[in-house]
Amino acid sequence: MEKRVTFASWTIGILFAVPQLLLIFTFFYWPAGQAVYWSLTLQQPWGGGNIWVGLDNFRSILANADYWNSITASLVFAGISTGLAMFIALVLAALTDRQLAGSRLYRVVLIWPYGIAAPALAMAFRFILAPEAGFLAVVNKGWPGFWDPGLDGADAMASIIIAFSWKYVGYNFIFFLAAFQAIPRSLIEAAAMDGSGVIRRFWDIQFPLITPTIFFLLVINITESFQDSFGIVDIMTSGGPANATNLMVYKIYSDGFKGLDYSGAAAQSIILMVLIVLLTIVQFRFIERRVHYR
Amino acid sequence: MTIIKRGLTALAAGALSTALAVPAFAEPVKFDFWFGLSGDLARVVDTMCKNFNASQTDYEVVCTSQGNYDATLQNTIAAFRAGKQPAIVQVYDVGTATMMLSGAYKPADKLMEENGYKIDYADYFPGIARYYATSKGEMLSFPFNSSTALMYWNKDAFAKIGKTEAPKTWEDVGADLQAMKDAGYECPMAINISANESWQLMEQFSAIHNQPIATKNNGYDGLDARLEVNKTKFVQYVTDLKKWYDAGLIKIKSKDLGQDMVQAFASGTCQVIMTSVGDHGTVGKTQKEGMNWDVAELPAYAGTERKNSLVGGASLWVLSGKSDAEYKGAAAFLNFIHDPKTALFWSTNTGYIPVTKSGFDYMKSTGFYDKAPYKGREVAIASLTASEPTEITRGVRLGNFTQIRAEFGTQMQAIFANKVSVQEGLDTLVKNGDAVLDRFQQTYPGKTLP
Repeated sequence: MEKRVTFASWTIGILFAVPQLLLIFTFFYWPAGQAVYWSLTLQQPWGGGNIWVGLDNFRSILANADYWNSITASLVFAGISTGLAMFIALVLAALTDRQLAGSRLYRVVLIWPYGIAAPALAMAFRFILAPEAGFLAVVNKGWPGFWDPGLDGADAMASIIIAFSWKYVGYNFIFFLAAFQAIPRSLIEAAAMDGSGVIRRFWDIQFPLITPTIFFLLVINITESFQDSFGIVDIMTSGGPANATNLMVYKIYSDGFKGLDYSGAAAQSIILMVLIVLLTIVQFRFIERRVHYR
Repeated sequence: MTIIKRGLTALAAGALSTALAVPAFAEPVKFDFWFGLSGDLARVVDTMCKNFNASQTDYEVVCTSQGNYDATLQNTIAAFRAGKQPAIVQVYDVGTATMMLSGAYKPADKLMEENGYKIDYADYFPGIARYYATSKGEMLSFPFNSSTALMYWNKDAFAKIGKTEAPKTWEDVGADLQAMKDAGYECPMAINISANESWQLMEQFSAIHNQPIATKNNGYDGLDARLEVNKTKFVQYVTDLKKWYDAGLIKIKSKDLGQDMVQAFASGTCQVIMTSVGDHGTVGKTQKEGMNWDVAELPAYAGTERKNSLVGGASLWVLSGKSDAEYKGAAAFLNFIHDPKTALFWSTNTGYIPVTKSGFDYMKSTGFYDKAPYKGREVAIASLTASEPTEITRGVRLGNFTQIRAEFGTQMQAIFANKVSVQEGLDTLVKNGDAVLDRFQQTYPGKTLP
């Protein structure tokens, strides 16, 4: 049996936990509870009163085609941007880990994008991807109308995915690099002496050993792509054109704060919370099985 | 000894407290004014606040920009719920219905009366006053920054196709745009189709053509008003715009794409735009060297009996729950803004128009409109006063109209991207807009607009 150090009386333990519990209560349970309450009522924005409507808010949201469109857009965004950000970061980290020329420089430089606030980087990408004045204007000269995020929903979606992935490549890179460097050199060297090539070593040794990191990043990236996308969408597309980039988190903002529909926005945020919880559970139940912890 | 000591201490304390109390008596009463303008315009508001503070010693207004109209309303609501609201707040035109039902304001006319200021409400241009007044004509808020939409046209480009005047009908516009295209202009006209352009494309067009946007006289007569833009002349207008867009006569210009319409016009890239008279100053300051341009009233379809265009901008609301002293200050401030001299200062430094006839007359008498760069801005007044406001051209009073404008942007984008037909798009706009109105009505059960 495992030996554990325990407190003689449980009250001391509780006392130690109280500050943390208070913080969690104040900053999570209380506002979340408030959101649940609002989602079951119709709130007058100026606080003049409210009416209990039960699940009406949820019913009207789930019956709204725009909302389902928003869910689809969010899932597409989460899937593609997570895949892109993780794949690029993995390749870059693997290369940096091989100590190629200049890898020390990359190691520092590649971390920077994560330090940039989402609206600032969105502003930069808005200029870069502007169809008339940006880098892609050259392409548009050759094929007029090739790149038009102002009217083409797919182009707009692509531009927010690019901006978001660019930011998270930096974040993922740090973790991947740390994971690679935690692998004992002797393993790699032994494999190299046995004659296996770079790709072989990657698939048979490094990849299986970093699966815990991959899993961790998968969970974080998907969760963040639902939440951290707000600044990028707000600056780059405002949810347009024709709702093509109206992600769930942006729709909550525009309905709640611009449209003053606090109750509808509260109901949407409850749905978003449930969706993220479900996605995380699925990831832990089905994907974590394939993760090898050492 | 101790008695003397005690006496001295008491004396000192007394002297100290009077010393502290004296400036407190002279201290002016402070009150807050939150507004939604930023950049250049915010600096003008700040100067105006300084002028007010310098003009008297009883009150001090603290003016704070909240960045934009949306944020101003959001922040004011949050502050109001926490009991920390400003005394005066600037609320944009379409927020009027929301404000009227909020129960969070003190009627402006009552405030002025209580504090002994006589305001001649008939002095306001009817097109401006009716937008903000109740159905009975009471002024709950004060019109502040006001504008209307105009057509900006490049005289050089029109000269090339042999025209010396701006087109007056949409039929002429179509022909002129085609002629300019044939004369080699890449972008005869620029528009944008986001939520912001609901104002000039849908609201102004409907007013000028005396077409309703919603039933119940655009919502003035009840919260059960519903949209009907899918069966008015507006359908034909969108159809024409789309046709011209497809033919390359109209280009879409927006900030997201690299250049907005005002920049496109000022740089000479595009030859016609429709935007607020508030941009008159910007175009003048940023225009290409030597470019000749002018403004004109928005065109109407041939055979239309032209009505007044709508005012845009914001009004000043006084919020409830403040002290009498603060209300006195607020009334003094509103009276200061109402002064024709302030109107001249305000209009000179921004593109906004005077809101009262006396302000307009005063500006005319100073020769304001006779010389560049202000020449042309009087067209806005002509457009606003083209007719006595009808039941429909008073304005738009719909709940959560911001969301309806957003829906306008969404559907226009869908139409211009060929995802839906014009009629389908406008039908969806009406359907989704009605859902917003429905919700607003449910939120305020049993209440009516004043």
